[in-house]
Amino acid sequence: MKYIDEFQDPELARGLLDEIRSTVTRPWALMEVCGGQTHTIIRHGIDQLLPDQVELIHGPGCPVCVTPLEVIDKALEIASRPEVIFCSFGDMLRVPGTGRDLFRVRSEGGDVRVVYSPLDALKIAQQNPDREVVFFGIGFETTAPPNAMTVYQARRLGIRNFSLLVSHVRVPPAIEAIMRSPNCRVQAFLAAGHVCSVMGLGEYPELAERFGVPIVVTGFEPLDILEGVRRTVVQLERGEHSVDNAYPRAVRPEGNPAALAMLEDVFEVTDRAWRGIGVIPGSGWRLAPRYRDYDAEYRFQVSGIDTREPAQCRSGEVLQGLLKPHECEAFGTVCTPRTPLGATMVSSEGACAAYYLYRRLDMNKTAPLEASPVG
Amino acid sequence: MCLAVPGRVLEIEERDGTRMATVDFGGVVKEACLEYLPDLQVGEYAIVHVGFALQKLDEESARQTLELFTQLGMLQEEFGDPWEMAAEAGGLPLPGAAEASQEARQ
Repeated sequence: MKYIDEFQDPELARGLLDEIRSTVTRPWALMEVCGGQTHTIIRHGIDQLLPDQVELIHGPGCPVCVTPLEVIDKALEIASRPEVIFCSFGDMLRVPGTGRDLFRVRSEGGDVRVVYSPLDALKIAQQNPDREVVFFGIGFETTAPPNAMTVYQARRLGIRNFSLLVSHVRVPPAIEAIMRSPNCRVQAFLAAGHVCSVMGLGEYPELAERFGVPIVVTGFEPLDILEGVRRTVVQLERGEHSVDNAYPRAVRPEGNPAALAMLEDVFEVTDRAWRGIGVIPGSGWRLAPRYRDYDAEYRFQVSGIDTREPAQCRSGEVLQGLLKPHECEAFGTVCTPRTPLGATMVSSEGACAAYYLYRRLDMNKTAPLEASPVG
Repeated sequence: MCLAVPGRVLEIEERDGTRMATVDFGGVVKEACLEYLPDLQVGEYAIVHVGFALQKLDEESARQTLELFTQLGMLQEEFGDPWEMAAEAGGLPLPGAAEASQEARQ
């Protein structure tokens, strides 16, 4: 119970934990899809507070982590061009491409800028009509609508020197890919709350039914996670598999209709490679043909990139929940936040970074944390 | 970046044909686009992600979340200077320091 006093409402947390304990009779493996949730879980030691039968498996829901190396390398090449102002969210600065990162590109003279919002990048394009402004459009369903709106606005305002390097990913096809994997141990999902704030619940009932898995929409705060786990375990123990919204204060079943309409207008669904995992069919968005002029890959014709993934990095297995970060030989030795091999160690939402930041002492003095295989 | 933060709408104005708001995130004030929540009014709370209001939130939930995020230093992670944070994490010198901090303040 060493972490529980840090909870916003420790009494409520104790109550939820007691309920989970009294409900569980068998081992269960749940996957939290979102990197923000992984961060909360590790930071608060929620996985250690839960009864041994409940194992949390960390999913692929960190957009920074799953952006393919090839796209990072394209970003680095575009950002190095003298005519380009390359705009990105801050999380991407130190994600390693083949041999360097955006931080290094700036040190070498590239004009790399960090923006808070994609609309800030559009403003930079308006202020610099003689330069090409490229925005690095990564992220899940939460980030895609802002980026879609920015491209829509660029076209509406006739801004021609703006383009988007797109690498958007979608959660439901990733859930399907995880369930189809022959090594899959996942028996239920804590779905990412803010993704559902945009998308609603519409895509989940079919997945829950087809794979017989409960899907509980869950928020990001410690109590949200405990409540998500509680509802999931109740379903599992009863042999049920429905979609349940444990985050109603931010998620309406219909999502955000205006955002969905904009996604439909600006993007189209495409197959997308996930770093460390490979291509997942229908798992991404790209710009629809009528917005092709705003596609940085098309505009800059980046080619001839020699992409090399470090052989030691096992982030792909971490992202699929097949390996816990500290079970990787490079973890905390060759691979640290200072010298990351892969994006899962760089991003604040990456599972490896979360373990490194909050579990380092445990790693040094003990064997790997308990893994409770589910059979 | 995945984090979406609750904020309170202080002002709303039309800019370049787009509905924009000034939003207070527990003391940090930033702009947000309201095109996806066109009914949001001054004084109301919403979850804001990368400068876009995505879903309305009741005041009590928003206040609790903001309090928690402040305690955990997550507002600093979200709104702090990303170049400084990246340099610190990597043990690296800051490239174009003055310019970078100016961007972060914008």
